[in-house]
Parts: sequence; structure tokens; C-alpha cells
Amino acid sequence: MKMLSRLAESNSHGQDSSYFLGWEEYEKNPYHESHNPDGMIQMGLAENQLCFDLLESWLAQNPEPASFRHNGHSVFRDLALFQDYRGLPQFKKAMVSYMSKLRGNRVTFDPAKLVLTAGATSANETLIFCLADPGEAVLLPTPYYPGFDRDLKWRTGAEIVPIKCTSSNGFRITKSALEEAYNSAKKQGLTVKGVLVTNPSNPLGTTLSKDEINLLRTFISSKNIHLISDEIYAGTVFDHPAGFTSVMEPLMSSDKKWANNKDILNRVHIVFSLSKDLGLPGFRVGGIYSNDPMVVSAATKMSSFGLVSAQTQHLLASLLSDHRFMESYITQNQKRLRQRSSMLVSGLKRAGISCLQSNSGLFCWVNMSHLLRTRTLESEMELWKDMVHKVKLNISPGSSCHCSEPGWFRVCFANLSEATLDLAMQRIKDYVDARLNKRSHSSSQCDVLRNSRRVRSLTKWVFRLSFDDKQPEER
Amino acid sequence: MIENVGNDQVLLSKIATSNHHGENSEYFEGWKAYDRDPYHPTNNPNGVIQMGLAENQLCFDLINEWMMQNPQASICTHEGVHRFMDIAIFQDYHGLPEFRRAIAKFMGKVRDERVIFDPNRIVMSGGATGANETIIFCLANPGDVFLIPSPYYPAFYRDLGWRTGVNLVPIPCKSSNNFQITKEALESAYEDALKKDLKVKGLIITNPSNPLGTVLDKGTLRDLVTFINDKRIHLVCDEIYAATVFDPPRFTSVVEVIQDMPGIDRDLIHIIYSLSKDMGLPGFRVGIIYSYNDKVVIAARRMSSFSLVSSQTQHMLAALLSDDAFVNKFLGKSKERLSKRYHHFTGQLANVGIRCLRSNAGLYVWMNLQHLLKEATVEGELKLWKLIINQVKTNMSPGSSFHCSEPGWFRVCFANMDDDTLEKVVKSTPSPINKKRGQMELQLSFTGSDSLSISQLGSLILSPHSPSSESPLVKGRT
Repeated sequence: MKMLSRLAESNSHGQDSSYFLGWEEYEKNPYHESHNPDGMIQMGLAENQLCFDLLESWLAQNPEPASFRHNGHSVFRDLALFQDYRGLPQFKKAMVSYMSKLRGNRVTFDPAKLVLTAGATSANETLIFCLADPGEAVLLPTPYYPGFDRDLKWRTGAEIVPIKCTSSNGFRITKSALEEAYNSAKKQGLTVKGVLVTNPSNPLGTTLSKDEINLLRTFISSKNIHLISDEIYAGTVFDHPAGFTSVMEPLMSSDKKWANNKDILNRVHIVFSLSKDLGLPGFRVGGIYSNDPMVVSAATKMSSFGLVSAQTQHLLASLLSDHRFMESYITQNQKRLRQRSSMLVSGLKRAGISCLQSNSGLFCWVNMSHLLRTRTLESEMELWKDMVHKVKLNISPGSSCHCSEPGWFRVCFANLSEATLDLAMQRIKDYVDARLNKRSHSSSQCDVLRNSRRVRSLTKWVFRLSFDDKQPEER
Repeated sequence: MIENVGNDQVLLSKIATSNHHGENSEYFEGWKAYDRDPYHPTNNPNGVIQMGLAENQLCFDLINEWMMQNPQASICTHEGVHRFMDIAIFQDYHGLPEFRRAIAKFMGKVRDERVIFDPNRIVMSGGATGANETIIFCLANPGDVFLIPSPYYPAFYRDLGWRTGVNLVPIPCKSSNNFQITKEALESAYEDALKKDLKVKGLIITNPSNPLGTVLDKGTLRDLVTFINDKRIHLVCDEIYAATVFDPPRFTSVVEVIQDMPGIDRDLIHIIYSLSKDMGLPGFRVGIIYSYNDKVVIAARRMSSFSLVSSQTQHMLAALLSDDAFVNKFLGKSKERLSKRYHHFTGQLANVGIRCLRSNAGLYVWMNLQHLLKEATVEGELKLWKLIINQVKTNMSPGSSFHCSEPGWFRVCFANMDDDTLEKVVKSTPSPINKKRGQMELQLSFTGSDSLSISQLGSLILSPHSPSSESPLVKGRT
């Protein structure tokens, strides 16, 4: 008899993916501008580090929540004891107000339908536990966040069937792709329980169009299945904010047909988090919003396995209730993200590399297919290894996101300083230039060239660093 | 074709629609009764007093004081904000190194430094609730079973079995030997499970025990370790009440015992810990899995992604628990206050003829009300329980919700209220005459109808006859 469970013995945790292996390589040799300038630059981590100065300044002006106080009284004891899985009321109230703000106040949310969980990781798993039995399936548009293989399948026993999206139409979801996925599941003998989309999308950095949302609504209605919309990047929409449409919106608009259809309303669920918008992944704040009281009830009970620390709820209740601050934060955040995204896009353009046009997220979906030897997965892996070992950049290969077309990579831009981003762009350019030169020179000459380019790029980098010293420190 | 339109039962999973969350148990019903009508000394003096919640509220003053003196422990204060960004982005499931070191050190201190814990084996989870579920996910497959001595903590039914699909097989313990686990009961439960073709993957024990409040002696622990080793099954020791041992005999952890048992396969030994009971911090959701099995540590750590401890909280607790002087003071004071509470409470109970199992740990007593049952059945126990909630206005947890094989036992918590509230519950010692009258009423009450007057119950259960009483129990008496 095997001593441990199948879960513990298997690889279904998905951590052997190149997505996580890239992180491990980074951990072995992390870049540091002074301690390790030749180290690997982390561009595989979708973190938002652009606005901590704003949060820190808020903290400086609001000492009470920091020291477990409220209106002059100590609330330490109350918080230390608070383990009610319905969550701190003032926190939930503040959360729904924030969620509404991000959607331009076009939707209002009811705190009683909000379930708090330890991060979106837990929220996604919990929703699947509520909606699918082991062996049942969820349809996901590809490419998708690599962590979903663990979050949605590992302990739940559910299956993922991909909805293949391609570059031919900007990776948009089409009716035929949906039907094909559904039929493919059926052929495999799998009962489909729902569709899970990420909106804004990780890794694409795009928001679902109104057409796509209509398509999804029609689809789930006809198949009598659920729609889960992971909207954890809602606060990272930096271009045309009105371009972000939450899946809840059409259902609550003046479109009476849908607004009154309780049956559909009850089958649409949102996952949210503060990890991306506010850059607070360490605080583990996530949750589920659902109109279905049974889902809310079951998910709330399950949240016992991963509640949000009361200390954290208290702090964030104060922060999110400061409406003036939050509005200013949202605007600043969008501005800084837009600027960074442009920097990355133009830097890659200089290296002859294009990106999918995006309006959100903490990353770009980059097309490096022209750098592949052949349009195959193997070539993509070779290119990725070059990135990791030669260029010393951790970027995430499209295959780890289950992209059906080789050559695409997700490159993050909000978790590093401008100077580091610059350096990363330079390294890529040098690599591309070297590759181009290699094609027209003999290999020995190429080596010489590569070495001299490395020296020259080192010089350039040294020059850049000294130049940057004179500029204000950028986070 | 649209199937089952509007039929939620079909659209949701079996797990979501089952009752395996266990919240329909009387254990939780009592809490709900309290929630609907909670006692408050001024706002609601006739409300239900909560004695069904095993919380440790005796030492907040010490922690509060430490917080005031150590503002740097918070990443939000002026003194601590320089660490805000690093902590806010830290989501590594290994946990903050300083947090793991502090927890390992604290766990060692709680065991009087007789054992050393390796910080690299510390795995976080969302409270002991999350930790218990996670360890079962790592050790057992759906359909497998775990042996568990009864009576046991009601929520284990949910924590160990709801989403994991694992079932519990009780090892009944009896009052005739003070509910100790016997070899015979253990072997018998194991053999019975095998006869039913059940795959036994392990044994889970709570030491100190909830709801008994007793600790396992070294001999019993050795027997249990030998048993699981022989059968090649796992041993999970839930030691979340380790620092609530307030009187001798001292606490012996399983890790201490295995130190002297070189022939034992350590890959079978796992500990669950938490700060919710020992430190009274259930709101901060700190659960720990400590395993000697490397594969389990790796798997549990990966699973901890689903329930990491907030980094803000890790940071604060790392500072708190690394302060040796504070920890030593806290552990000492906590024991002292628990001991005082326990003796005061049980003394008062004894005065009115209520006996409890002799215990030396935990935040509750295991109270024997068998003599008050009309019929020695679960139904009889539940009738008495309802009376206690509705008429005596006190939430105590009936033994049947702990799967106790003998009706009439109740778990009554004493550390989750302030001194005044406890006084309201337990009065001063009545005179011998009153005591005798109380006993007479005892006999009388059960020859009559089911419903007892508050006066009868009041004298029955707790304190009867103090004219100056403010007790809500007696107040109903006119």
C-alpha cells in the first residue's frame, strides 16, 4: 500500500512546469544592481510594485489601523478572537465598494454575497470544489495562467479542457472554439460544469469584449453550466478603463432579458483579489462573489480552511474605506502601469519584437515566434533556455500557459525598477542582434562578435548605471 | 436541450450539497442559539452565556502590552513601515524564515525545551482547521479511513473528511477508566475496520485532549507509536492545546517519546499545531504542520498555497515569539491564570454536586450530568441540553456532538469570558441546607414533566440560593 495519498505522490500539483522552473532558476542567481549585476532578471512574476510609496504614505497618515486601534480604542482583542467566516463586516463593505469603483460604479455588489478566502488561489479552488465533482470538467480559454493546473485540478480532481484561442484574431474567444472544446470534453466522456475565463486576461493583458461576454452568456445558458470570471486584474486596466466589462455587468444592465434571468444570474461567479491591484500578495486577500445562495453558503463554510487574517482585514477595511485615497490610488496606478507597459512595448520593438496590443495586466504577451528555428514546442523550449541561461531573463514560455501556438512569451513589467527594465530590454536586443548576425557569419566569427557584444553591452550597462545614479530612485 | 433548469442540486458538486460540513451538529446549533441571543452584562443580561467556545481570553493584556512596546513588529507603524513592501509582496509558501524560526523555537519552549524543532519542517496553513485538512489530503485517498479516539472535537468530521472524502472510525473510550485509550479498544477498532474492508491509513489523536482536558502519559504514547509502527499506518498528533497544561502531570509530546524509540519509522509521525488556543489568537489563522516525512513536508507546503498565513501576521508573530523574555512570562502567566480559573470553576461546581472529569489542560471541563438525564440515551441528553440552552441560558456542548459513547457528558468552556461573567455563572458556595434542598429538587424534577422551572434547573445545575444574586440563572426565579 502506497504510504502517502495519490495527491502527495503525483505530479498533478503542476509545479514541474517551466513556469515554476524559471522561478527556481531565478532564485539560484537573482539579479541585483550592485551585488549581482550579471544575475537573472525576474520577468516571470506578475507583481505590482509600482505604488508602494502611495500605500506607505497612507500608512504614515493613518496610524490607527496599524496599531490595532479604532476610534481611539484598542481592538486588538476583538481582532485576535475574530474567526467568523462571514468576515469583518466593515471589511466586506469596503471591499464591495472598491470592487464597484473598479467597474466604474456600473455594478453594485452585496457584501452578503461576498466570500473571503486566502487569496485568489484559494477562491478558485473553492469554487471548483463547489461546482464540480472529481472527473468533471471546466473549459478554459488558452493561453491561461499556469497555476490553474494546480488550483483547479489538483485536489479537486476536476479536469480542464482548453478552448483554443489563436493569434489569428488576437486570441479572442470564438463560438466555434467554445463548441469545439465542449464537444471534445464530451468525446472524452467528461461532464462539463462550467467555463472559467480571466478578465482581464492573464497572460494576454486584454479585457473581454462585449461580444465575447455575450457569447459566453449565450453559451452557458444553452448548456446549462456555470461561468466563473477571474477578475483579479480588474484594477490593472490602464487604457480605456471603460473598456473593461465585468461579466456581472450585462446581467445587471438595462438589458431586461438577462437582468431578470435569475437562473443565469445564479450561475455567474466572480473571483477577486487584492494581490494585483494593490500589490499585496503576501496578505492573502481574495474571494468569491456569487448570486447563488447555495454557492455562497458552501463556499463560506469551505473558507474555514483558509480565512483572511483578522489583522489584515482590519487594516484593509480602513484603507479601502478611504474613498478619496482609493480614487487617487486607482488613477495613479493606472498611469504608472500604462507608462511601464509602453516602456516594455517600445523596448521590445527596438529589438524587432512585437506584442499583442494590450490594455491591462502586469505583463505583455510577446511574439517571439520569428526567433524560433522551427514553429514547434521544442524550438520554443530552446529559445526559452536561451532566455534563461544566456540572456538571463526569466520570462514565461507560452507552452507553460498552454498556448496552442509556439513562440509566444509572457513578460512582466511591473515587478522591477525602470533601470532594470531598461537593462532587460538591452539584453534582449543584444541577443536578437547576435542571432541575426549569426545567421550571416560563420560560427567562429560569431563567437568573437558575441563576446565583444557582451563586453560592449556590459560597458553600455555600466554607463547606464552611472547615468541612472544621478536620477531619483525609482521603485 | 436544457436539462434540469433551475435545479441547483445537479449544478453544484456533491461536496457542496452534502451535509458533510457537519454544521447541523448540536455543537454548532448551540453557537447559533448564542448568536441569536448573546449575553451582555448590561445590554442583554438574560441572554445566552457562551460556554461552548474553546477560546483562551485570559492573557490579552500581556500581548497588548508587548504590542505597545514593540511598534516595529507592525509593518504599518512609523517604526516598522520600512519593511512594508518586502512583507506585502512576500507570498513564498516556505513562509518568512524568521517566522518559521520563531514558531520552531516557541514549540520547543512549550515542551520545556525537551525537544528541538527544525524550522525547515514547519509548514504553514490556515489555522489548525486548514492544517488538519491538508495533512489528510497528503496521507489518505478518498474512501480511506482514520482511527480516532472518541469523544473527539466535532469539527473533525468536516476538517478531516468533507473535501478529502476520508472517513473516521471511532475508538470508543469510556468513563469507567476515565476515557483513556486502551490497547483493546484500539486493536478492536482496527480489526473491525479491516473486516469491513476499510483501508486504515492512520490514527489521529488530540493531546492534550479536546474535549477531555487530559494529557496522554508516556506509556500510552509509546503504545500508540508502537501500534502505528507495527501496522504501518500514520500517526497524526494534534497538539494545539500543548501550552494550556496548567497542572501536573506535565505535557509529553509525541516528539519527545519517539526520541527514545529508535526503531520507529519517523516517516509516519506528524504533528498539528496552532496559536489559536495556546496564545488566544484564532483570528490570525496560524496553523502548522510539522512532519518528519520529507515527502509530506513538500506536498503539504505546496498545498499551503491554498491557505498561507498573511505575511503581515507572520511578521508580527515572528517578532512576538522571538522575544524570549515575553514568551517565558506569557507561558508562565497563562498557566497560572488557567489553573486559577479551572480550580475556581470546578470547586463551585463540586459544591452543588456537579462532577467533572479530573483534568489538567485545555480551556474547558468535561462535565458529568448523567445523573440528570431522564433516560440514559442521546435523546435524553439532547433534551437536557435544550433545557440548558433555553431555560438556563447557557450554551454547553453535548457529549453526543463529540461522538461520546456514553450520554450525559457535556463540555463546558471556562476561559472565554471575563471574571465577572464567570461569577455570574458560578455563585458562591451554598449552605449545606440549601445544598440538600437542591438535591431534593433534583429528584422531584424528574418525576414531573419535561420542562423544569428555572429555579429548579438553576438549583440543579449551578448555584441555587443567593438572595443578592445577579445571575441570569436565578433572576428568572420569582
